[in-house]
Amino acid sequence: MDNQPQASPDIFSKTKAYFAQLAMVARFISKTFKEIFLFVKPPHEFDELFKQCFKIGNKSLVLVAITGFIMGLVLTIQSRPVLAEFGATSWLPAMVSISFIREIGPVITALICAGKIGSGIGAEVGSMKVTEQIEAMEVSATNPFKFIVATRVIACSLMVPLLVLFSDACGMLGSLTGINIYGDMNMNLFFAQAIASLEFADFFPAMIKSVLFGFVIGVVGCYQGFNAGRGTESVGTAANSAVVISSMIIFFVDLIVVQLSEVYNTLSN
Amino acid sequence: MSEKVAEIKGIYQSFGSQEVLKNLSLDLYKGENLVVLGKSGTGKSVLIKCLVGLIGIDKGTMTILGKSVETANENELMEIRKKVGFLFQSAALYDSMSVRENLEFPLKRIETNISKSDLELRTVEALENVGLLDAIDKMPSQLSGGMRKRVGLARTIVLNPEIILYDEPTTGLDSITSREISDLILSLQQKYNTSSIIITHDMPCAKHTANRIIILAEGKEIAEGSYEELANSTDSLINSFFKQ
Ligand SMILES: Nc1ncnc2c1ncn2[C@@H]1O[C@H](COP(=O)(O)OP(=O)(O)OP(=O)(O)O)[C@@H](O)[C@H]1O
Ligand SMILES: [Mg+2]
Repeated sequence: MDNQPQASPDIFSKTKAYFAQLAMVARFISKTFKEIFLFVKPPHEFDELFKQCFKIGNKSLVLVAITGFIMGLVLTIQSRPVLAEFGATSWLPAMVSISFIREIGPVITALICAGKIGSGIGAEVGSMKVTEQIEAMEVSATNPFKFIVATRVIACSLMVPLLVLFSDACGMLGSLTGINIYGDMNMNLFFAQAIASLEFADFFPAMIKSVLFGFVIGVVGCYQGFNAGRGTESVGTAANSAVVISSMIIFFVDLIVVQLSEVYNTLSN
Repeated sequence: MSEKVAEIKGIYQSFGSQEVLKNLSLDLYKGENLVVLGKSGTGKSVLIKCLVGLIGIDKGTMTILGKSVETANENELMEIRKKVGFLFQSAALYDSMSVRENLEFPLKRIETNISKSDLELRTVEALENVGLLDAIDKMPSQLSGGMRKRVGLARTIVLNPEIILYDEPTTGLDSITSREISDLILSLQQKYNTSSIIITHDMPCAKHTANRIIILAEGKEIAEGSYEELANSTDSLINSFFKQ
């Protein structure tokens, strides 16, 4: 302590700034929840909600389809030799579907959405902030938090799970293709095996996770945009940090949900 | 003198270590056009943003239509803002919406049970007033700077506010259009008895619209009076604003 006299005020102010930031985030999230719960009250913003849902779904559909398909294909091709060693290649559909639905589908889709949707929200809301559009809404006595944040967060929380399901389906098709490159398996048999191996306990945590991923992408994008600075370069910063931060949080949420569902599984057995 | 609709008493405002407003006081009377002059960066825009609670102040009091601004909670601020129109210096049009939607946006949300035909009527009337009815279905990105400004003005007046705060309503416009906008400001004042604060660098507009002028310098008021009084002032600093 004594040999670093200048360090302490610096650390002090940095810690203070850190907690101030944390408080701001907490306030933002609680306000978001409030607006989501009050969403059905007038003035209604359902038009904007549908617009955002469409935009989000439409924007990422092709990307999610292509990556899902390729991941399914690659996973199948790479797992095949390992399973072949045990003469268990017939387990391929089961193995791929379980790993896809539990983990790969949600996480890959969420990361793609963080890149595509999160950056879009960060940039859009950031530029609304920089060009005073958010202030303009405030002075015309409308609630920008409801119109901008609540709609986007709800839209993300709804659309990301749908995109995950779509990605799962594309992954299955990719896997079917992968199996048919080497061997021969018709579609009915493949899906019968894949579906037989799946349980509710595979789907449910994955869907919960996907909703949370969507929520994270929406909230982080809006937060970064809402708190963008004054110059145009802060729009880029907002978009960039929206992607980086939401990707990080997605992994943490993944970890926590997996742990919780493990605990739940051991308790219920 | 008629009643005060807005009263600012000794306000201080700063961004970090930069002090912008220093002990500024100002009254706005019913039905009056108050023009605010001042060099770029003296805090004119900050002043009117403080007045509607967009920027917090460090010290002092502000009242609008009898309601305190700096102590108002969110709902009270909403009520105040419903009665105050605000034209942003940058126009601040909603980029994702067409001109029509820009005007309908506040109308639909403030007058929640407005009928479709009324909505159309008011929108068209406001756009006609600024001479931009042809642009009703354009997007903001398709408009020129001056057109954006005029749409911003239309969006402000479409709500028929009791008080209007204009941040440089004629900047970036040619002299003919500037004159038309000045006429519009005057006619709104006469028709609805609105009270306005008009920030401008455009002296013909100031001369045309002002009932009273104040000059700001470094966050303080340095002079107040009618156009003629200030234009004939012997103080060289004040006088310099009126030299073309
Ligand atoms: N949000 C903000 N954050 C930090 N500083 C600000 C902010 N808004 C304004 N300022 C500073 O406050 C001062 C006054 O700005 P303001 O926009 O009120 O000037 P102005 O009088 O309107 O000038 P102009 O005639 O050029 O529009 C400027 O020095 C500006 O740098
Ligand atoms: Mg200004």
